[in-house]
Amino acid sequence: MKKPLKIVVLAKQVPDTRNVGKDAMKADGTVNRAALPAIFNPEDLNALEQALILKDSRPGSTVHLLTMGPHRAADIIRDAMFRGADGGVLLTDRKFAGADTLATSYALSRALLKIQPDIIIAGRQAIDGDTAQVGPQVAEKLGIPQVTYAEQIVSLDDQNTEIVIKRRLDHGVEVVSAPLPLVVTVNGSAEPCRPQHAKRVMKYKHARIPTELQEMDTDYTQMYENKDYLKIGEWSVADVDAEDGQLGLAGSPTKVKAIENVVFQAKEAKRLTAADADINELMAELIASHTLG
Amino acid sequence: MANFFLDNKDLQFQLDHPLMKRMVELKEKGFEDKDKYDYAPADFEDAMDSYRRVMEITGEVCADVIAANAEDVDHVGPKVVNDRVEYAPGTQRNLDALVKAGLSGITLPRKYDGLNMPLICFVMTNEMVARGDAGFENIWGLQDCAETLNEFASEEIKMKYLPRVSAGETCAMDLTEPDAGSDLQAVMLKAHWDEEKQTWLLNGVKRFITNGDGEISLVLARSEEGTRDARGLSMFVYDKNSGATKVRRIENKLGIKGSPTCELVFTNAPAELVGDRKMGLIKYVMSLMNAARLGVSAQAVGISEASYREALKYAHERQQFGKPIIEFPAVFEILSNMKAKLHGSRALLYETTRFVEIYKDLIHISHDRKLEPEERAEQKEYSKLADAFTPLLKLFATEYANQEAYDALQVLGGSGYMKDYPVERYYRDARITNIYEGTSQLQVVAAIRHVTTGTYLSKIIQYEQEAQYPSDMEAVFKQMAGLREDYQKCVERVTASGDGEQIDFHARRMVEMAGHIIITHLLMRQAANADMYRNPAEVYAKLAYAKVTEAKAYIFNSCNGDIDLFKAVLDENVEDL
Repeated sequence: MKKPLKIVVLAKQVPDTRNVGKDAMKADGTVNRAALPAIFNPEDLNALEQALILKDSRPGSTVHLLTMGPHRAADIIRDAMFRGADGGVLLTDRKFAGADTLATSYALSRALLKIQPDIIIAGRQAIDGDTAQVGPQVAEKLGIPQVTYAEQIVSLDDQNTEIVIKRRLDHGVEVVSAPLPLVVTVNGSAEPCRPQHAKRVMKYKHARIPTELQEMDTDYTQMYENKDYLKIGEWSVADVDAEDGQLGLAGSPTKVKAIENVVFQAKEAKRLTAADADINELMAELIASHTLG
Repeated sequence: MANFFLDNKDLQFQLDHPLMKRMVELKEKGFEDKDKYDYAPADFEDAMDSYRRVMEITGEVCADVIAANAEDVDHVGPKVVNDRVEYAPGTQRNLDALVKAGLSGITLPRKYDGLNMPLICFVMTNEMVARGDAGFENIWGLQDCAETLNEFASEEIKMKYLPRVSAGETCAMDLTEPDAGSDLQAVMLKAHWDEEKQTWLLNGVKRFITNGDGEISLVLARSEEGTRDARGLSMFVYDKNSGATKVRRIENKLGIKGSPTCELVFTNAPAELVGDRKMGLIKYVMSLMNAARLGVSAQAVGISEASYREALKYAHERQQFGKPIIEFPAVFEILSNMKAKLHGSRALLYETTRFVEIYKDLIHISHDRKLEPEERAEQKEYSKLADAFTPLLKLFATEYANQEAYDALQVLGGSGYMKDYPVERYYRDARITNIYEGTSQLQVVAAIRHVTTGTYLSKIIQYEQEAQYPSDMEAVFKQMAGLREDYQKCVERVTASGDGEQIDFHARRMVEMAGHIIITHLLMRQAANADMYRNPAEVYAKLAYAKVTEAKAYIFNSCNGDIDLFKAVLDENVEDL
């Protein structure tokens, strides 16, 4: 009999930096969030899939998403529920705002201490910051082992004592084992996340955090009375018993010194004919830019 | 992340049709499931929201998985290993993705784990799947066999098989045999009742069976010994798990290469009777066929969509004589007509679907309770319209898919002829659509009585009466009324003689006249609600005018001697055979 697992997936809602248009940056060099759709951080979806595979193999296991962000970040918790997660918690409070990786991992670790999961799985890094620091810092703060760059969970014994994980590294793969509980960060090369499931979408589409519920038409609120599965957790600083000094801007030693707005001078593409003159010009240009020679 | 639903405004428009209100009402029966199933909608808005969301999921899977696998599936194809079909790896990945997305049993009631969504949603998913990979649509679209079980089988059979379809098992309809193609009365596969085993046993061979190794098969077999016609045929359901069939071979086809077309051998294969004996062909195959014709039409529209998009993209990118080729009249005319025909065939697809939907839903309701008199009248009316529009749709949508793929290849020119672009695949895949589930010629046979009895005419007149077109489309509207009069004159002229052969000879011309007028009306109705249809409607109207006028000229230039002439011209070659 396999022992069920309590799994938490750490995820982040990010601006979609993969489809950057002309107005992606504001004149002052900061990200123009309005021009970029908010999406589920891609590698966090790989992490979710690993969690769901584990859940499928061990009846009775649960997967919950933990994320920190504004109210609209509840969208990625719903998305995770559509794909197979049981629920989630949104850490949201003005005091969390402006956090760097240190303050973020502190806040997450406080929430995780309250949840006490067997396994914490996160994407390797988020596409907006690309730091890959939050997962490892969470492990350090909780004082538990971490396995980074994971591509596949190879095995886990029935009693949940030892997990075997394949890591994807620059020079090849490495298979390691570790005791539970632990933090695993997952690479984009891992199995892509399963799609949203039609019935789950219909079942969970009304899932809300309490703040969203208050903003809704009253007609719908009665629907939530007997349906606990539609309630998404919403925790503030007080709920996770955190120290203000370690949160948000105050708890973030990272300081941005300067932002440089790089404007590409060259056009994105140009068309050349097969004429000698065009080819000579191209060769001259490539030699001048040291692309050749 | 591409999405075949979100990138298609025409498809989204069709989902918002005013008749959806009635369809949801009939399908959800007062939202009686809302407290029984956690995924059932509570009201109309809730239901529509769910449909849109499920269409979005489908759109994503079709674009990201099915379309991405299509080229590989086309090249690799399925094979026979130890008398069983082994799908191409891409086909298996497609099936896995659709199962993971829960997109099976779309129209089945919730008590069989289905999504209980309207037929229109199933047709849309078919269309999107086919846009990604027309061959795969065959395998996946065959889940509509479950609808026939749902309509006619006993509760015991339904409980046994339908949840399996909802879980993603695939189906097949085993009708044709080496000597029974279009003429299914000739089916010889034998079914006999075995007293000892207390089951029906099937013996014989089926040929050209799409997805013949599917888990659940509906089999048409001769249950009445000594008979030779339709009245000796019954419908059976066969479970692949009983292991009594062998796949002898897979056909090597021109197109839809990912879809395994099987020759199957049944050896004492246990099977359960569906519905009543002797009604196999007369009742159940007709139901299967009508559903399948809708499915093939959706497949055809999907191919048209893919063809148009590929051609349009190429015409913008490809430069010749110093400018993109789309700037040349010879090219933009092709593309404009492609767009008009694409919208036209889709308009007809969903109009027909709505007719089928309403009368089928009412039939299901009539199993639970007696219909009110007005409901009975509604059911009768929509049943007649479905009967008239289904062959018209199959004829137009599949012939158009061929034209669209042909034109797309022409726009791409030499590049289109190469395997580097998907257009040559669309061209090969399209070619089967106007052949299987009844050739275009057989669609005309089914449609002609609605020309002679006036079903099309009265629907056209109704469209005229209901018209609320933008004022600047008045000229087009008047022109259509003129074409309708031409159509009436042609029908009168051909039918006046009372000669059946004359009617057969001009049948296709007359059916197509009706079709062109009907499609123009549908596009003009859409233009009244959404500006995006105005130009396509006008372009289509020009096409319709030319086609109807041509048919009229042919009919009026035709005399009684024509039939003999057309036979005589072939007799000259009899000795050459």
